[in-house]
Amino acid sequence: MRGAIKPARHGAQAWRVGLQVLLAAVIGGLIYGAFINAADNLARTHISSGFGFWNNSAGFDISQTLIPYSPGISTFGRAFWVGLLNTLFVAALGIVLATLLGFTIGIARLSRNWLVARLAGFYVELIRNIPLLLQLLFWYNAVLKSLPELRDSIVLPMGGFLNNRGLFLPRPVFAPGFSAVIAALLVGIGAAIVLQVWARRRRKRSGAPTPVGRWIAALLVGLPLAALALAGFPVAFELPQMSRFNVVGGLEILPEFAALVVALSVYTAAFIAEVVRAGILAVAAGQTEAAQALGLRSGTTLRLIVVPQAVRVMVPPLTSQYLNLTKNSSLAVAIGYPDLVQVFAGSVLNITGQAVEVIAITMAVYLTISLFTSLVMNLYGRMTAIVER
Amino acid sequence: MKRIATALSLALLLAFSAQTAWAQTLQTVKQRGQLICGANGTLAGFGLPDPQGNWTGFDVDFCRAIAAAIFNDPSKVKFVPLTAANRFTALQSGEVDVLSRNTTWTMSRDTTLGLDFAAVTFFDGQGFMVHKSLKVSSALELNGASVCVQQGTTTELNLADYFRSHQMALKTVTFATADEAIKAYDSGRCDSYTTDSSGLYGERLRLTSPNDNIVLPEIISKEPLSPAVRQGDDSWEDLVRWTHEAMLDAEEFGVTKSNVDEQLKSANPEIRRLLGVEGQFGQSLGLTNDWAYRIIKSIGNYGESFDRNVGENSPLKIARGLNALWTKGGLQYGLPVR
Ligand SMILES: N[C@@H](CCC(=O)N[C@@H](CS)C(=O)NCC(=O)O)C(=O)O
Repeated sequence: MRGAIKPARHGAQAWRVGLQVLLAAVIGGLIYGAFINAADNLARTHISSGFGFWNNSAGFDISQTLIPYSPGISTFGRAFWVGLLNTLFVAALGIVLATLLGFTIGIARLSRNWLVARLAGFYVELIRNIPLLLQLLFWYNAVLKSLPELRDSIVLPMGGFLNNRGLFLPRPVFAPGFSAVIAALLVGIGAAIVLQVWARRRRKRSGAPTPVGRWIAALLVGLPLAALALAGFPVAFELPQMSRFNVVGGLEILPEFAALVVALSVYTAAFIAEVVRAGILAVAAGQTEAAQALGLRSGTTLRLIVVPQAVRVMVPPLTSQYLNLTKNSSLAVAIGYPDLVQVFAGSVLNITGQAVEVIAITMAVYLTISLFTSLVMNLYGRMTAIVER
Repeated sequence: MKRIATALSLALLLAFSAQTAWAQTLQTVKQRGQLICGANGTLAGFGLPDPQGNWTGFDVDFCRAIAAAIFNDPSKVKFVPLTAANRFTALQSGEVDVLSRNTTWTMSRDTTLGLDFAAVTFFDGQGFMVHKSLKVSSALELNGASVCVQQGTTTELNLADYFRSHQMALKTVTFATADEAIKAYDSGRCDSYTTDSSGLYGERLRLTSPNDNIVLPEIISKEPLSPAVRQGDDSWEDLVRWTHEAMLDAEEFGVTKSNVDEQLKSANPEIRRLLGVEGQFGQSLGLTNDWAYRIIKSIGNYGESFDRNVGENSPLKIARGLNALWTKGGLQYGLPVR
């Protein structure tokens, strides 16, 4: 279109802006009209509408709640937040694990070791070609079927249990003195960053190698440990206890959660591996050759020369993988993990019967998550973009 | 995902269609030449297609009875399998003409979902099934137990209520379909599975070894199961209600599938009105006067349908109990045709 209109004419610009405004107004009008029409239709068909249900008590139970929730007292709104947090939790963990696994496999695929490269290739082909839902059911059933029943629980060292109801670990209970440890950790992180920046500057200026790794480790680990000892170990552990039907107390990791995280990470890692491989191959071979000519070892070349350049190419496709993972997490429904779709677009929708409102909110949430992820990744992309000097 | 799709289509329908209002269902059905019935697709005894696609069950026969009354042909029904979670949306959006799927008549469903319940076809209540190996003999011993349950049901709510009011700890594992819930229970994920006790009989048959599971004696809720129609089409609701009443009356008067032709000659005025020998009752429903005769001729009376699908002549062997006629100590009380 651009080329078709002669750019010389001044009026053209105003005309285009006017057109945009008109279009926006028409779309806005349509949406408004749809809302009014829907409200009207709901009233005519005697279906209740509005958001009044938000504050009514929910009455159903949820298996995993990151914030306090109790069926009799908590509201539908609370159930929404429980579901949303469960979605974000599973997505965040999935993204971290898929990234680690994906990078490892992507790099392994380019390995000069024939076996390693083939195994990585096999992984990618296998995982990419099996529908995620099947994999999810496989993991869930594998988890459920292979683990023992409650009475034959595997007893883990330090008082944990593993059975087909989940993994139960001692739960740390923090005494007030623990804030000193957190403070020490924060100070350690801050100091480590400062040290790293200083070391890099110095190296750039003088070229002298400035190894600070050991100091950074000391700051990150030693400092908090010292604080822990000084505060007199202000942590107690609540041990899970065997009861007649279940393990009570402790930290509980549900099989539904574990299966979902594993399935999402394993699946998405295959795609990320391809992104990583493509990103690395996109870096001109001359870069590697030049680095090697300078005498850098291949690990160092990868870390300092190839990956930083590859990451730039990788950011956009990585973003879409992260978004896919987040959206795929709604397959939770199939195995009873209480994510947003299961809790909100499932139980809440059915109990309140307010399909229109609930679906609208659910879609808005996924849209927001997507836009936010894209925003963060775009910022990161801009930060790592090549600055022309 | 199917559920989201149904909900979404309802939202789009409401947002973009002009003047959604439901009237004239009977006319639509007649023009279409077929009744579209929302049924349970997985519950033995109530609604279940066999591999050849032949549907059977108590709720299924109810839809066949409506088709018989309208078309004099019980096969003019298309069954749409619905889960607990998408059934109401399917009815609201007009995907089905009637919902006949073990659905509990509750106040909030009646008053806020834009639908109406026609008649209680089955008085039910919620029960628990447990693995025999747990050696539990009462629901009150379930403190701390894991319970598998299906979402979008009254079951989900009653469960939380029951444990709360008895101050027992509960670990709920909620699934979108009965299939998933029962599989998880079967694999030992839960100590107990809970649903309407009629459903327990049916679901139990699907377990790897049904005999290793027992149903506990407690009934923790009232589940009056009723077919539902969209609110705003009163004559259609009448037709659905009177289909049930006709089947009840037939049982009370001893009119059966096999003797209905002889009964046409009966001198009993109640039977004569029911079968359309006297009066214009069918016409007032928009049907022919032999509407009830058609129902009984092809489906049988209430008791026959009950026995065949869920009662003594079926694998479920559910006792009549509350569903016996009022004359026999039950709650089923057919309204008079007059
Ligand atoms: N009567 C209850 C429960 C009805 C219900 O959905 N029961 C389950 C368990 S028996 C069922 O039929 N599930 C079959 C399915 O969804 O496929 C209600 O109306 O909420």
